[in-house]
Amino acid sequence: MKIEEIKVCIMRVGGTNCDSETQRAFQELGVQAESVHVNELIKRRNLLDYSVLVFPGGFSFGDYVRSGVIFARHLSANLAKEMETFIDEGRPILGICNGFQIMVEYGLLPGFKGVSAYPEAALTTNEPSGFKCKWVHLKQENRGKCAFTGKIPVGKVISLPIAHGEGRLLFPKEKEEALLKTLIDEDMLVFRYCTKEGDFAEGKYPASPNGSFYDIAGICNREGNIFGLMPHPERAMYWWQQPDWTRQQQMMEYGDGKLIFQSIIDKLTKTS
Amino acid sequence: MSSNLFVKRGFAIEAQTAKATDEQLSEINSELALGFSLAELKEIQNYFITEKRNPTDVELQTIAQTWSEHCCHKTFKGKINLDGKEIDSLFKTYIAKATKQIRAPWCVSVFEDNAGIVKFDKGYGIAAKVETHNHPSAVEPFGGAATGVGGVIRDILGVWADPIACTDVLGFGPLDYDYKKLPAGVKQPKYVYMGVTAGISAYGNNMGIPTVNGAIYFDDSYTGNVIVYCGCIGLLPLNRYAKNAKVGDAVVLAGGKTGRDGIHGVTFASAELTEKSEEISRPAVQIADPIEEEKVKRAIIEIRDLQLASAVTDIGGGGLSSAVGETAERFDCGVTADLAKVPLKYQGLAPWEIYLSESQERMLITVPQENLMRVMEVFEKEDVIATAIGTLTTERRLKLTYNDETVSDIDMTFLFNPCMSSKVATIEKTTLTEPEFPEPANLTETLLQLLAAPNIASKESVIRTYDHEVKGNTTLKPLQGEYAGPNDAAVLKPLDDSLKGLTISCGMNPNYGKIDAYWMAASAIDEAIRNNIAVGGRRISLLDNFTWGNPEKPERLGSLVRACQACYDFSVAFKAPFISGKDSLYNESPLGPVTPTLLITAVGVIPSIQSTVSMDLKNPGNLLYIIGETFNELGGSEYYKLKGFLGASVPKVKMGKAKRTFRAVTQAIDEGMVKSCHDLSEGGLAVTAAEMAFASGYGLELDLREVIGKDLVRSDFVLFSESNSRFLIEVAQAEREDFEELMKGKNCALIGEVTKEQKLLIHGLNGKIVVDAPLETLRRSWKKTLNPEETQQ
Repeated sequence: MKIEEIKVCIMRVGGTNCDSETQRAFQELGVQAESVHVNELIKRRNLLDYSVLVFPGGFSFGDYVRSGVIFARHLSANLAKEMETFIDEGRPILGICNGFQIMVEYGLLPGFKGVSAYPEAALTTNEPSGFKCKWVHLKQENRGKCAFTGKIPVGKVISLPIAHGEGRLLFPKEKEEALLKTLIDEDMLVFRYCTKEGDFAEGKYPASPNGSFYDIAGICNREGNIFGLMPHPERAMYWWQQPDWTRQQQMMEYGDGKLIFQSIIDKLTKTS
Repeated sequence: MSSNLFVKRGFAIEAQTAKATDEQLSEINSELALGFSLAELKEIQNYFITEKRNPTDVELQTIAQTWSEHCCHKTFKGKINLDGKEIDSLFKTYIAKATKQIRAPWCVSVFEDNAGIVKFDKGYGIAAKVETHNHPSAVEPFGGAATGVGGVIRDILGVWADPIACTDVLGFGPLDYDYKKLPAGVKQPKYVYMGVTAGISAYGNNMGIPTVNGAIYFDDSYTGNVIVYCGCIGLLPLNRYAKNAKVGDAVVLAGGKTGRDGIHGVTFASAELTEKSEEISRPAVQIADPIEEEKVKRAIIEIRDLQLASAVTDIGGGGLSSAVGETAERFDCGVTADLAKVPLKYQGLAPWEIYLSESQERMLITVPQENLMRVMEVFEKEDVIATAIGTLTTERRLKLTYNDETVSDIDMTFLFNPCMSSKVATIEKTTLTEPEFPEPANLTETLLQLLAAPNIASKESVIRTYDHEVKGNTTLKPLQGEYAGPNDAAVLKPLDDSLKGLTISCGMNPNYGKIDAYWMAASAIDEAIRNNIAVGGRRISLLDNFTWGNPEKPERLGSLVRACQACYDFSVAFKAPFISGKDSLYNESPLGPVTPTLLITAVGVIPSIQSTVSMDLKNPGNLLYIIGETFNELGGSEYYKLKGFLGASVPKVKMGKAKRTFRAVTQAIDEGMVKSCHDLSEGGLAVTAAEMAFASGYGLELDLREVIGKDLVRSDFVLFSESNSRFLIEVAQAEREDFEELMKGKNCALIGEVTKEQKLLIHGLNGKIVVDAPLETLRRSWKKTLNPEETQQ
């Protein structure tokens, strides 16, 4: 695929609020990106015109029930066929923060055996509880399957901001060890919270902002084309978004978030 | 209701005012909860005699809203007799006069619209507004604060601007206030604090607007009178600032449905809080739905960009009764509207309730008839309900119907010309004295106590519950770096294709007002401006927000006059015009009046965000300078407070010197010499130095003997004096000469050096070490008071 052929659909609904900066991040890298209201996609039935689908951050439908659940049900009720084709064809899907929550509620992630009818994991109330906005460190753990992290070497520590109240990934207690083993064996684990030095957070605040199981911040499905993470790469795109840019002697042009967007673009342009 | 005074006619009720006695007028007044004075009631009586009929409840309620303190600012616009001298409008005499006199070329719209607008870059303007939402937050902390945020965001939408940042400044009573001492009807401060901060985060976060700047202040008087200032900054292309409504345009109501929430909010805001406020005024607090507003916002911005509408305003205090009438008034029109068309949350609302309801997330726009269909399509796409409820007319009357029944038909000129009150003010003579106490032997301990004092302590646990990075344009964040030091101002990069930055800061010194309201106001202006200057801001515009007690009481009004005089003096001196403001008076509770509190918000620009300066030290070996003179000004300081005193020596602002200092700092920043900069405020030099050090992980060694000032004989006073217009500035060794050359004659002194050792070391006036503390100890003290989680690290 040529870079100019890549069309990114940033799907929004009432309450989505990180669509414009996500769109800007993709556009910065030379691809077409549109912020599209789900009502328009339902009306025009044109989801399959796009090569990448993104669920951006926000509070879809207010998140008054469980975060992401209403958008997920709205989607499965009104756009299921297009979604199924999109997924079956292995087109990439990215979910950021609320987008990750939507994907888990839809059954796209973890996606142990394709799309599940019921959520197989939960992104639940942080521990310590409450909404937190801060920068965190993440260690890249994916050995190559994830379509969104090709530009980040295994073991590299990157820095991205989080802003959520419900980001603690949990599996059913009795299955968690087995599921974790599958995540690792199938190379579905992507980012884990760690300290600046790269030591895993082991669930402890502040390195882990939410007490997530096994310090998980982001995972992909078994095929690697569907990826969700709680941190916001679109807020770590440019130098002036970095928390410590005023301390830098030599200014980097971009932040670590760029690597995620660049990875998927490279992946698409390198495969025909 | 007494039957001989009220007659039901269809859906409306007619009040029999024509032949009513004064007592009967007062009875009508209280039955309908109108809040008029007798003089106003008589004027209304006379008006309806000339109309040859009695008023309906809709008309009386409409007049009550329009004439309320909240909507027409009687105190600020009325006459005041100050010790025999007449002041014709505080607003005109001081606030607006300063702006007029400065004639800043960057001002686009001041005071006349929902928000002030100044020029920014590439044809864009910046809109700014700060609201008070004290009364609702006292009754219902979460809902009151959330709707305060929602309301000020709509003010920004109300000038066609896209909201890009929120600010919030809050005042609470001591969090450990004894339950047993609370009078009935006053909530425990911790409960209010938790509710208010949660309400702010719930609204701003859910709408996706970053909360980038603010402050939290604690004062005993805020126990009964919580202070909630909500601000919002917006961005708009100036050529899309449509305000050309004309006769024939449709009046369109868009957004949330209308219910009984928020009825009489403005009359409530214009009265004192009492034991019964909770019971009586609960319906005056609205219910927040940020997602609805997020959708409305998208639609409004699209309609703006497509140039489909002729005017816009938000629906806030007074509900439709303010928005509809004011829109018609502004464009010299009359208006007809059918209240039966207003979409309701539930049936059963009387016409007057529909007209007054302050249900949230609603906007009013006027639309040329030919664009109406397209406007409706935009709203529909965003899942927003919109309804054309009326039309602008030639005849200057407010005509409201409920289906076929006329429920209001009054003259616009009468409605918008309330009789202005005349109030009496007097300046209270204070007999305050300076305390006498020996200099403490251990000033390290004093510094640690000051860092832990609630007004200085880290507010990180609250700031982190606000999303300050959504939209991805926050360049200088409220908390700096790994150790979360307190930056002086926020810097935003609003435009994708420009490096020009927007700088937002605030200043507030209520404790000084206990000594003198004039110097409190002067200090707040100085603080707001110097916070802005510290990060690299300039070309500053100001917003004023007054929270005062009952202005009917002469000494309360006297201090308000003093504060306004300072606003004029220092706005003019600093050439920083006021562009918008809001007052909240009648802040009195069973515990007494609020400490007069003036918030100054400063909005500036920085030519390129690349020159932004943060407050954390950058490199060991660099030099640390203090700029500005230090005096024994500790009256109202945090140091005196810690010792249990108020004092008398309130910090003053030396106009000429302050201006020179600010100019010199800006110049040094532009020349790239400033590695870090932090202003001196609560806690003085010692606290500022400690913050710069523990935010960076580098130490400092300072010598107080180098500090420039007058009559400096006590190390504790030099360390903790809160004299205005001062900064600490870090400069690299290599730039020493250039910097000192630039600062010649500007009261700038080299006082020390950045060290590798993680320690704050300060030599006192006698040369001996008076402060010696590891950064970790300082940081821990600063964080422990309000951040249980962060201290566990």
